[in-house]
Amino acid sequence: MTERKISIDPITRLEGHGKIEIFLGDDGRPEDAVLQVPELRGFEEFSRGRKGEEMPRITERICGVCPEAHHFASTKALDAAFSTSPPPTALSLRELLYNSYIFADHLLHLFYLGGPDFLVEDGNKAERNIVGVIKALGEEAGKKVIRARRLGHEAIEIIGGHQVHPVTGVPGGLSQGITSEEREELVSIGESAVDFARETLELFREKVINTEKFGSLVDDPEYSLNSYYMGLVDENGEVSFYDGDVRIVDPSGEEYLKTSSAEVMELLEERVEPWTYVKFPYLKEVGWKDFQVGKDSGVFRVGPLARLNVANGMKTDLAQEEYERYVDHFDGTPVHQTYAYHWARLIEMVQAAERINELASEEGITGDDLRTPVEEPGEGVGVIEAARGTLIHGYSLDDEGLVESSNMIVPTTSNSAALSISIKQAALGALEDGMNDDQVLNQVEMGFRPYDPCLACATHSVDGGLDIGLKIYDNEGKLVKEIER
Amino acid sequence: MPKNKKKIGAYWASSCGGCDVALLGLHEKILDLLDFADIAFWPAATDFKYEDLKGYGKNELDLTFFNGGIRTTENEEIAELLREKSELLVAYGTCAHQGGIPGLANMSEEVDLFDTVYKGTPTSTNPENIFPQESTKKDGQTLNLPGLQERVRSLDRVVDVDYTVPGCPPPPDLTEDFLDLLVKGALPEKGSVVAGTKSVCDECSREWNRETIDELVRPQETEIDPDKCLLDQGIICMGPVTRSGCDGSCPEANMPCKGCFGPPPEVEDQGTEMLNSLASVLQLGEEGQALEQEKELLSDLPDPIGTFYTFSLSNSILGGKVSEGGENDRT
Repeated sequence: MTERKISIDPITRLEGHGKIEIFLGDDGRPEDAVLQVPELRGFEEFSRGRKGEEMPRITERICGVCPEAHHFASTKALDAAFSTSPPPTALSLRELLYNSYIFADHLLHLFYLGGPDFLVEDGNKAERNIVGVIKALGEEAGKKVIRARRLGHEAIEIIGGHQVHPVTGVPGGLSQGITSEEREELVSIGESAVDFARETLELFREKVINTEKFGSLVDDPEYSLNSYYMGLVDENGEVSFYDGDVRIVDPSGEEYLKTSSAEVMELLEERVEPWTYVKFPYLKEVGWKDFQVGKDSGVFRVGPLARLNVANGMKTDLAQEEYERYVDHFDGTPVHQTYAYHWARLIEMVQAAERINELASEEGITGDDLRTPVEEPGEGVGVIEAARGTLIHGYSLDDEGLVESSNMIVPTTSNSAALSISIKQAALGALEDGMNDDQVLNQVEMGFRPYDPCLACATHSVDGGLDIGLKIYDNEGKLVKEIER
Repeated sequence: MPKNKKKIGAYWASSCGGCDVALLGLHEKILDLLDFADIAFWPAATDFKYEDLKGYGKNELDLTFFNGGIRTTENEEIAELLREKSELLVAYGTCAHQGGIPGLANMSEEVDLFDTVYKGTPTSTNPENIFPQESTKKDGQTLNLPGLQERVRSLDRVVDVDYTVPGCPPPPDLTEDFLDLLVKGALPEKGSVVAGTKSVCDECSREWNRETIDELVRPQETEIDPDKCLLDQGIICMGPVTRSGCDGSCPEANMPCKGCFGPPPEVEDQGTEMLNSLASVLQLGEEGQALEQEKELLSDLPDPIGTFYTFSLSNSILGGKVSEGGENDRT
């Protein structure tokens, strides 16, 4: 049998490496499509033996787009492992940096990564990018986008020391505080971030929700997945990025469970497939039912759509207003439409901007009590909401504070099964008429972009440390090599 | 629009994407770059595919920023392809320059990586021992994956590199400086590392009293004085053996330098040089006993590899456990 397939290689406007293979039947119509992740760096393995306190600066190199998420998931895991918790000022500063990151990262996705699909209408491959967006919006608006992103990164730098890869997270606190001048700068960044986020939502309504072409895509049940959802919520059940309890809802929106973050590792298992380097997590109790969704399949989703599905609402006023418009539009939650990720992301951007403002205005934010002493090292789990979803770091440290084992579950890995299903949906939908030019193939890629995937993250998770042999099978499942350790 | 607008490319190999974010970190200045050049290949930000790249002529790209080390067969193939298509190839960032943090994997073999990742973790359920394969049949169709190479290599171990811009990631001003030189046609001699030529200490604002110290302490074990040299406080800081060009940004944030810019020009190996530096600040007693005590220091020191070779293991004299025939493959 001859194989008929179309390759999209590499997939673009995302973080990390991936390719899509679309298989065609004899009639030339698509039958199947798969996302393959062709990379592995193995952080997992080489974290072992490292000094615990180095982990925030090592694991953030898993991802340069969301280093803040890894840096603080790691720092929080160390807080727990060293049985300490930061003083209020350090905690507020961490959260302030963190909200600046959520703001800047969500902005990056709309204008630089996923958004060009909507903002550069009918653009060809040379135009569907930030340059095309600036042309489409006009240079003035384009400069505002660049400025808003810069301000987000400057806020990160003020607290974290760098615009990319912060360095200030230490177990029990932060290595530095802020001056009153820096605080004023942060307040002003917060104010302009709020304005920018609201204008962005207006733009999104104008260019996406209220248009025939894209509005119908957002609403289309064909591009829905009735999966489980996971995310952090605060004590009021509202969306929370830096800290909270893990809440999981089932496809009908009923609470499946709520647990403190330290227990979350127990809920999950991961499936390995031979055709990709990424693994497929699922809810252990529900079980793996192949690439399917529904109440009987353990496939779950994380990220903006999931966070709005697990929460009762938003933490801040303006974001709450936007949330209510969103919920009205979809007649309540859970919202299963995959393209609604884009909308949910922008509502979160408003909350992040408002939180920058609130936190920077706190009385004690310029305080100098920034560290709580550490106790003897042990085990610790840190859970945080990365821009792309729930991120979990768990470490076991020995008496000297060296890493014995670590386990990291990252959002794009959690979304990997759902991503595969959405790409297949998009391929079957887009290629129905047999055409496969650049714009049609881009519609297939639009199937993954709602998730804002980070495939670099997705392939650098986890570490264990069991002493076991390795069996290597060929593609027919025949054992070809066995390695004893 | 200027005549003869240039074409530039950017690519990531085995890396985190932070270097791509660093290019976007030019912020408003990226508009100047776009006046000077069109982007003709950049998977993180544009939709050009490998097929487009293959269609370009030799040296059609005036310059390519290549970030990431070489970990997979695909990384190597694309490095070779970009070398052919690029007039100037720039190793951009620590991983392309030194192997970077992924180079720490050179202490492990592929079997360990697979073992740990796909089998050993508490959440992995893999009773059938399924591991990723370079070729798999799925419903009658073949799916291929690039293979992992034995070790992580920096870009210059695989193809010729014209310039290096170091840093994890390169700070915005360093990238700006490089682009200014490019636009003015004033780039230095080929092969140059375009950054400072001294050490991080040279640009660090902390007061350095060259004190001798009794013992080493870890950041969480002490209150860090923000004005005093970190080494004087007994905290290992790689500043003395790391190339300048970052304005000492980590010590400025009250944390030690980890060495991401690689060694300054006169230093061959960051780790051995750092051990020498430490031996001279620690009170190692009488001459002659020093060597013994240095050895003792090393054996007592937790995680020397991760401490002294965080970013540079794959280019170090150690090379890592997985070195080719036990030899360092400097080209």
